[in-house]
Amino acid sequence: MKEWAQWALDTAAARGASYADVRVLDARHRTLSTKNGKVGTLSESESLGLGVRVIAEGAWGFAATDQLTREKIDQAAARAVAIARASARVKKKDAVLAPEPMITAVWRTPIDKDPFAVPIDEMMKLLFRADEEMRKVQGVTLAEASMGFTRLEQFFASTRGSEIRQTKTYSGAGLVATSFAENEIQKRSYPNSFGGQHASTGYELIEGLQLAENARRVGEEAVALHRADKCPEGRRTIILDSSQLGLQIHESIGHPIELDRVLGTEANFAGMSFLTLDQLGKLRYGSEIVNVVADARLEHGPGLGTFGYDDEGVPAQCIDIIKDGRFVGYLSSRETAPAIGLNRSGGTMRAESWNRIPLIRMTNVSLRPGTWKLDDLIADTDEGLYLETNRSWSIDDRRYHFQFGTEIAWEIQGGKRTRMLKNPSYSGITTEFWNSCDAICNRSYWTLWGTPNCGKGQPMQSMGTGHGAAPARFRNVLVGVAYAQ
Amino acid sequence: MLNEARAREIFEAIRRASAADETEVFLEAGRSALTRFANNVIHQNVAEEGIHVSVRALREGRTARATTNKTDPESLRRVAEQAVESARWQPKDPDLLPMPGPQSYREGSRHCPETAQYTPEARAEAVKRVVERAERSGLVAAGVFSTGSTTQALLNSRGLYASHAETKAEFSVTYLDGGSGWAKGNFTTVRELPIEELAERACQKAVANREPKEIPPGRYTVILEPAAVLDLVGFLFYDFAGTAVLDQRSCFTGQEGKKVFGENISLADDVSHPAQAGAPWDGEGIARRAVVLVEQGVLKNLVYARHTAKKMSTEPTGHGFLLPNEWGEAPMNLVFAGGDTSLEEMVRTTARGVLVTRLWYIREVDPYEKILTGMTRDGTFYVEDGKVRHAVRNFRFNQSLKAMLNQVELLGPAVRAAGEEAFEMVVPPMRVKNFHFTEATKY
Repeated sequence: MKEWAQWALDTAAARGASYADVRVLDARHRTLSTKNGKVGTLSESESLGLGVRVIAEGAWGFAATDQLTREKIDQAAARAVAIARASARVKKKDAVLAPEPMITAVWRTPIDKDPFAVPIDEMMKLLFRADEEMRKVQGVTLAEASMGFTRLEQFFASTRGSEIRQTKTYSGAGLVATSFAENEIQKRSYPNSFGGQHASTGYELIEGLQLAENARRVGEEAVALHRADKCPEGRRTIILDSSQLGLQIHESIGHPIELDRVLGTEANFAGMSFLTLDQLGKLRYGSEIVNVVADARLEHGPGLGTFGYDDEGVPAQCIDIIKDGRFVGYLSSRETAPAIGLNRSGGTMRAESWNRIPLIRMTNVSLRPGTWKLDDLIADTDEGLYLETNRSWSIDDRRYHFQFGTEIAWEIQGGKRTRMLKNPSYSGITTEFWNSCDAICNRSYWTLWGTPNCGKGQPMQSMGTGHGAAPARFRNVLVGVAYAQ
Repeated sequence: MLNEARAREIFEAIRRASAADETEVFLEAGRSALTRFANNVIHQNVAEEGIHVSVRALREGRTARATTNKTDPESLRRVAEQAVESARWQPKDPDLLPMPGPQSYREGSRHCPETAQYTPEARAEAVKRVVERAERSGLVAAGVFSTGSTTQALLNSRGLYASHAETKAEFSVTYLDGGSGWAKGNFTTVRELPIEELAERACQKAVANREPKEIPPGRYTVILEPAAVLDLVGFLFYDFAGTAVLDQRSCFTGQEGKKVFGENISLADDVSHPAQAGAPWDGEGIARRAVVLVEQGVLKNLVYARHTAKKMSTEPTGHGFLLPNEWGEAPMNLVFAGGDTSLEEMVRTTARGVLVTRLWYIREVDPYEKILTGMTRDGTFYVEDGKVRHAVRNFRFNQSLKAMLNQVELLGPAVRAAGEEAFEMVVPPMRVKNFHFTEATKY
C-alpha cells in the first residue's frame, strides 16, 4: 500500500500539486440475513482501491481508481491535478488547511473475536434460531434477522510526510418481527431498528446481544400492538428510551453542528444549519443538564465513530458540543476549522471508501449520562409516555423542526408504566425540545448506539456514526401529530 | 474497458475455478465525475473509475454471492471459491430455481460518447456561467454537475449473456439569498440537460422566495411540481412487488384487482419508455416487460422475479434483483400517465392553495395507510384567486399517499423528473385537494 501511495504522491507533486494526500483502502464485508426461516442474503464482498486528493492552483481535485498498476495510479494522480486546475476556474480564494503535524502511526480496532474467523454456519444457526423464535408467535407474519461485518485496512499518506495505517472492524446484528392484521402493519425490532446494534468491535458484540432470547418478546409485542390503543394527540411529558434518544441526538444535534453545513457547502443537498456562526458560545441549546460531546477516542467506547485518525490524518479527539446547556463547539475539518477561529481541525473527516473524498462526519456524538435510575424517573412522572425504538424520522434542511415516530409507547400514569400504545409520534423545535429536558438516566442505562447508514454528500456517502444516550425526560412535547385527522 | 470479449474472459476464468453446479457473473464497470459548487466557487471536484465482479454460485439447492473489484486470475479464482464456500453452509432451498438459459432483449442504446467523455473543464465552464447568473441577481449558488458512463454484463453457465451500456448527466442547483430556489435535471445524455433553463428557474424561485410569510397549517389544495410528485410517489415502488404482497408488507396486500386510487390515476413500469433509463433485463437476466400496474385507479398487476412468479403461479416480469436477496423484485421504471393541464393553468384555476417546488426528508410513518411525513423546501408559494401571491414559510406534512392519489383534481404532462428521495421516474405535476400540512416552520 505504501508504494502505491508514494507513486500517487510523487506524481501529484510533479504535476504541480501544492498538497496531496492518498488513501489506499482494502475493504471486506460480510452480510447475512434470514427471512421467515429461509436465507435472505448471504454475501461476501471486497473492494481495493486508491483515492488521491490534491490542491493545485489553490483549488481541490480528487481521482480514484481500482487499477493499482504504476501506470493507472500515475493517471489517477495526474487526473486529480487536472481536475483541481479546472476547479480553479471558479474560485474566490485559495484553499488553506489548518496545520497538522506529520504523523506516523498504526491503529487497530480492539476486538476479542474476529468476525471473519467465525464460521458462517455458526452465524446462520444463530439467525435461524432467532427467526424461529419470532415465528412461534401466532400473528407474526414476517420474521427477519440479520448480521453484517466490515473490515477496513487503510493506509493514509500525505505530502507533509504522514503515514498512518489503520485496521477497523465493525460488527452489527438485529431482528425485526412484523405483523399484518386487519389492514394494519405493526413491527418490533431488537435491539434497535436499522438492523439492530452496530459497533466498532468483533463478534463478541453479537454473542452479547441475546438475539434468540429476545426474539419471542419482540414477536409478541408486534402482535399485541394491533390491540393497543392509539397514541393520543396533544402536549405530554415524554421519556425516550436510549436508542430513540440516540437518533434524536443524531438528527437534531449531530447534523446541525457539521461546520460544512453551517458554511453552506451542503446547501444543495443535505441542507444548511440553524446554528449560524454567531451562535457559538451564546445559544442556550438545552437545559443545564444537557452535556454533549463528539468523541472519536477509544475511551468513549466502541462506537461507529471511534477511530485512531480521521481521513485527513488528524488524531481522534473529544470535543465539547453542548456544555451545561450552552452551544460551544462544531465538528470541523482542516479547511473549515479556521472559520471558527480554531488553529487545528477537530478530526472528523471520513470517507465512505477509497473512491470518495472525506467529509465532515459525526464521530460519536453523545449525551453525557445524568443521575436518575429509570424506575425512579418513571415513578417521578405523574402522566406521560415512554417511547421505544425508532420507526420514522424526518427533520427540515436546517435541522430545526423534527418529527419522529416510534414502534411502541407505554402510558405512564401516577408514576407507573401502564398500557401499551400504538403509532406514537412526537414533534418539535430542536432548541425548545432540548431545553425541555429535565432528567437524564445514569451511566448504568447509557448505551453507545451505532447508526450505520447516515447519508451525506454528492456523490452520496453512507457512514456509521455513534450516539451514546441514556433514557431522558422531556416536558410539554407535542405528540400524535403524525396520525392527526 | 468492459466489452463483450473481456466480460466473457472474466466469466470463463471464474467458471473454470468454480465447483458450483451453476455459475452466474454480474459485471459492472464505470467512470464517473462530479463537480460540486457552493458559495459561488467549486469546492469539490471528483472522478472515479472501477469495476465490480459479482459471482453467484448455485450448488445442490443452495446459492450465495461473492463480489470483488480485483480482476487478476488469483482474485477471480478466490471469488469463485468464496461464493461456493458461502453457499455450502446453508440449508437446501426447495424453491431455488436453476439459472435461466439465453434470453432475447429489446435493442437500443442509452450510451452517449460525448457524455462519457465530458471533461472537468467543460463542467467547470458550465458552473462558471451558473455562478455568474447568481452574481447578477445578488444570489449565492450551490449545486452539482455530474457525468458518467456504466457498462454492465450478466453471464451464466447456461449460456445467458446480457449487456447494457448507459451514460448519465445530472445537474442540480440551489440559489440562496434568505430564501432559496432549486431545480434539477437528470438524463442519459448531456445534450438533454437544460442547464441554463434549470438555473434560470431556480434563480427566479429564489428571488420570489426572499421574504416568505407564515400561513397556518391545515388542509390545502396543493399544486405539486413534478419533483414533489416524484419524491412522494417514489415511496410506492416496492409496494408493487409480488414479494411485498406475499410478505404482507405491501400497502396493496389484499387489494389486487380493486380500486386503490382515483380513476384519473394510471401507471405502468416500462424500461423502454424514451424518458426512462436502465438495463432491459433484471438480476437474473430476464427481459424486463412493460407492466400496467394501475389502470384508471384499479390495481391491475404486480411485478415478479422468477421465484416469486412460481410461488404466485404467474409469469416472471423481469423485475428481480440479484440473487440471493430477501426483497424479490420491484418496478424501477415507473411511468405515470399525465394530463393536459399546464402548471400555469393549475394556478390560474385555483381559488386558494399552495404551490410546492419540492419536498424533503420524506419518511414513511405508516406502511399500510402509506402515511408519509416530510417538509416543503426551496420555494413554497401561496396561491389565491388564480395567482401566485407570495412565498410562504415551509410546512411539515403528514399525508396518506393512498388518500392523496384519490384526491387528484388535475394532471399535467408527464416528464422525466429528478428529486432527492426517489430515483428518476416519469410523472406529471398534480393538483391535489385536502393535502395535510400539520405544522409550519420558522423559515
